[in-house]
Amino acid sequence: MGEEDYYLELCERPVQFEKANPVNCVFFDEANKQVFAVRSGGATGVVVKGPDDRNPISFRMDDKGEVKCIKFSLENKILAVQRTSKTVDFCNFIPDNSQLEYTQECKTKNANILGFCWTSSTEIVFITDQGIEFYQVLPEKRSLKLLKSHNLNVNWYMYCPESAVILLSTTVLENVLQPFHFRAGTMSKLPKFEIELPAAPKSTKPSLSERDIAMATIYGQLYVLFLRHHSRTSNSTGAEVVLYHLPREGACKKMHILKLNRTGKFALNVVDNLVVVHHQDTETSVIFDIKLRGEFDGSVTFHHPVLPARSIQPYQIPITGPAAVTSQSPVPCKLYSSSWIVFQPDIIISASQGYLWNLQVKLEPIVNLLPDKGRLMDFLLQRKECKMVILSVCSQMLSESDRASLPVIATVFDKLNHEYKKYLDAEQSYAMAVEAGQSRSSPLLKRPVRTQAVLDQSDVYTHVLSAFVEKKMPHKFVIAVLMEYIRSLNQFQIAVQHYLHELVIKTLVQHNLFYMLHQFLQYHVLSDSKPLACLLLSLESFYPPAHQLSLDMLKRLSTANDEIVEVLLSKHQVLAALRFIRGIGGHDNISARKFLDAAKQTEDNMLFYTIFRFFEQRNQRLRGSPNFTPGEHCEEHVAFFKQIFGDQALMRPTTF
Amino acid sequence: MAAAAAGAGSGPWAAQEKQFPPALLSFFIYNPRFGPREGQEENKILFYHPNEVEKNEKIRNVGLCEAIVQFTRTFSPSKPAKSLHTQKNRQFFNEPEENFWMVMVVRNPIIEKQSKDGKPVIEYQEEELLDKVYSSVLRQCYSMYKLFNGTFLKAMEDGGVKLLKERLEKFFHRYLQTLHLQSCDLLDIFGGISFFPLDKMTYLKIQSFINRMEESLNIVKYTAFLYNDQLIWSGLEQDDMRILYKYLTTSLFPRHIEPELAGRDSPIRAEMPGNLQHYGRFLTGPLNLNDPDAKCRFPKIFVNTDDTYEELHLIVYKAMSAAVCFMIDGGSEKEPQFKFIYFNHMNLAEKSTVHMRKTPSVSLTSVHPDLMKILGDINSDFTRVDEDEEIIVKAMSDYWVVGKKSDRRELYVILNQKNANLIEVNEEVKKLCATQFNNIFFLD
Repeated sequence: MGEEDYYLELCERPVQFEKANPVNCVFFDEANKQVFAVRSGGATGVVVKGPDDRNPISFRMDDKGEVKCIKFSLENKILAVQRTSKTVDFCNFIPDNSQLEYTQECKTKNANILGFCWTSSTEIVFITDQGIEFYQVLPEKRSLKLLKSHNLNVNWYMYCPESAVILLSTTVLENVLQPFHFRAGTMSKLPKFEIELPAAPKSTKPSLSERDIAMATIYGQLYVLFLRHHSRTSNSTGAEVVLYHLPREGACKKMHILKLNRTGKFALNVVDNLVVVHHQDTETSVIFDIKLRGEFDGSVTFHHPVLPARSIQPYQIPITGPAAVTSQSPVPCKLYSSSWIVFQPDIIISASQGYLWNLQVKLEPIVNLLPDKGRLMDFLLQRKECKMVILSVCSQMLSESDRASLPVIATVFDKLNHEYKKYLDAEQSYAMAVEAGQSRSSPLLKRPVRTQAVLDQSDVYTHVLSAFVEKKMPHKFVIAVLMEYIRSLNQFQIAVQHYLHELVIKTLVQHNLFYMLHQFLQYHVLSDSKPLACLLLSLESFYPPAHQLSLDMLKRLSTANDEIVEVLLSKHQVLAALRFIRGIGGHDNISARKFLDAAKQTEDNMLFYTIFRFFEQRNQRLRGSPNFTPGEHCEEHVAFFKQIFGDQALMRPTTF
Repeated sequence: MAAAAAGAGSGPWAAQEKQFPPALLSFFIYNPRFGPREGQEENKILFYHPNEVEKNEKIRNVGLCEAIVQFTRTFSPSKPAKSLHTQKNRQFFNEPEENFWMVMVVRNPIIEKQSKDGKPVIEYQEEELLDKVYSSVLRQCYSMYKLFNGTFLKAMEDGGVKLLKERLEKFFHRYLQTLHLQSCDLLDIFGGISFFPLDKMTYLKIQSFINRMEESLNIVKYTAFLYNDQLIWSGLEQDDMRILYKYLTTSLFPRHIEPELAGRDSPIRAEMPGNLQHYGRFLTGPLNLNDPDAKCRFPKIFVNTDDTYEELHLIVYKAMSAAVCFMIDGGSEKEPQFKFIYFNHMNLAEKSTVHMRKTPSVSLTSVHPDLMKILGDINSDFTRVDEDEEIIVKAMSDYWVVGKKSDRRELYVILNQKNANLIEVNEEVKKLCATQFNNIFFLD
């Protein structure tokens, strides 16, 4: 298995903490993603490390008994420590506030606190075996105020900080889940739902284990993930992950089933909206993307792993401190160790080794693992860091060695442009809303975010097409690819940029395919533009009809009248130029000198006479005199006229 | 127009007036070089219609044309006579290839009037025919011939005068019957192409279809796409498309339209090949796609005759109003650019691509006898000397003959390369040795 093959990796810089041992207890807070190393109950020090802050927080606290749970409120304002089953202790970390500890006992009598969760910097929820209690902490008063509570029997609980939802397991089978949502001092009860338990052997009592449930946000939606070890249907033996969608409003609904096709010990992560399922027995992982097409049976969609199972990329434990000096080779890290603990969404902790990693997806290896280019694009377009990988896939499919077929290329272009068009539309409706002045009235109006999946024409031109046309590929293929891209853009009603047309023309001209070019222009596949018209003019010497095509195009543009006149004059078609400008009513503003110059160049005296006379008449009409004004700089032409036709041929001013 | 006025006339005479449209009197093709001496005049004539005309009259008519052309050339060397006006008819001359003349004689339209005594009076409408129209018709005759047969010169190269005559006879015998001289007009001068108006997106989709089809079927070299007898796309160059378009719209499509209109159950329709469940079918090409042994009938066409001279097979598929012409590389039958004979005196090994078939009785060669004679001459030269040598001969038309003798091995190569020079020919032979005899030591 080559190194390119691993598509999952542990982050390069893990959070390192002191290993768990009898005197050092390690806690992890999912809300702040912080690891707490508590030595001797805190008496000899507490070290808190988060993934982002490289400067750990260290402090000491009195050893008042075994610490059961320890968490900072958001923004590290208040520390909460649970030491008994009835109380939680608090300590302010706000400057100028007293750092003396204060305690809150749970309100419900005879209840045991199972744990607590911070929902903001000053709001906390106690979960007891008899319900939940929602408090506001008043640090300056060193006291708590009960905001709301709810009574029900709780087996265990789970908290998803991103969506501020707490899930409570109730009933004897533990399989009825009651979600609560918290926001700015309010607690709302969401509809409860039941997890269907698999048929278990008669001897064991079925129940839902906390270990088999996870909560994560996937594509902006909250899901409850249930790891079902045995399929409910007898014909498939493998385990599966059932995804329940938990909407903000409305009932929870079973939406997706991820088929694992194996049994044993599993752990779940969610990385970049992908569900990663680790399998300890084989020491491999698989990934699922619920946005990829699956098999829909009318109510749920069944998904199979996107890619073949692979191990996480082997990881070397970096040598730090004095060990690095002794030129000791880095130690390979035991992957899928039984001491690993997995947290949502993407965290893997090895308490025994003292590491916290973020799990990451590597996109490059996937390019070769997913042969179906359409599916590959669907997959890549949903990933955060996809741009360069997608561009390299595009370049690859146009390369000589890995050349894809045109239908595949078309599919890829269509998928890119679908995403591109979605962004353009969002951008446009935003611009229109701003223009209409809705931005002030509606705070919801947000400028659309341009994700990496938006690959516009300039990206594709710069990174893919301009290099592609330089390669020595059969010109038929080159043109077919360019046309396919233009076709796709048109299909999504995206205006094609001039440089793409230029690329097509360049390629056609290079291979003397003028008739093909002519046909494309005839059907307006290459949109009209002034630069394109000028390009065509420059081709006239190779392909005479280009002149006609260019003039037609200038006429259609209707903003290029000056150019038309210039083209005609350069071809010595002075009369035609004059007739044209008169036809559009612009003959009162044109420079007489320019036309007289052109007429003189033709060495056709009669033509010169005609043009001269025309301007004399114009002078007469506009100024009441046929003479040219000095500003027109026509002295030499008047002299020339006199020289050829004589003074008497000059028009005489009409007098009334 | 006089004819129209006469036709619309409602006078007492009108009913007794008869009109005869212009008609083809004769059509012939000759080459003055083929019978320059007296008594050989008949050899000049390559094709003559109507064939029933007595030999001497044929010779006389050809001689007359030759004389007129020669005579007028004195006044205008670059532009010899195009037509000759007489009271009864008009003759049109065209020299499509050097020294090959095509002549078309058209009878002027006639009005037959009833004189007062009841006798018919024939009046030739001398000024009715337009020179440009019928000159264009004549040129089109050549273009059409060339489309299906290649140039006259090519026929000469392939099989001499005999083959050319055969081809001309076979083609024009049928083609002349389809000339509707009475209905020729300005459009015949233009020989234009009518384009189907189409929005950009649909056009791009057709482009995409053609590109994909050509990619997956790489024997398809060019494609043309038509709708309602109007052109949408042509991969062929303009001049070739112009004549192909003429063929499609005036001959192939009309021939097939009647059975199509007749409906599924009509007896004409029953004779139609193809799948009756579907309106799409091959107008030329396989009769039945499901039967691999079914006959394939499709014409050969020749395009880019000035340049690369490509031989293609034309397969036309039509579904409802859309028609696609697939032009397939005639590759398998295409003659290679060179032919050779190889012989090794040491082991008597011989190899020939010149001979198509060799039986005890006949030896059929695929090259002109003149070329075979040159090969023989070179061979006798080789026998005379012992040293290794190489002889390069420029033969007639575009042929080069190369003889190479190297250590008791002899190689003769016939190259057909237009406008090649000595150096290029030498290069070609080297290339040939590299590809065909790369394991043999040839002295340079």
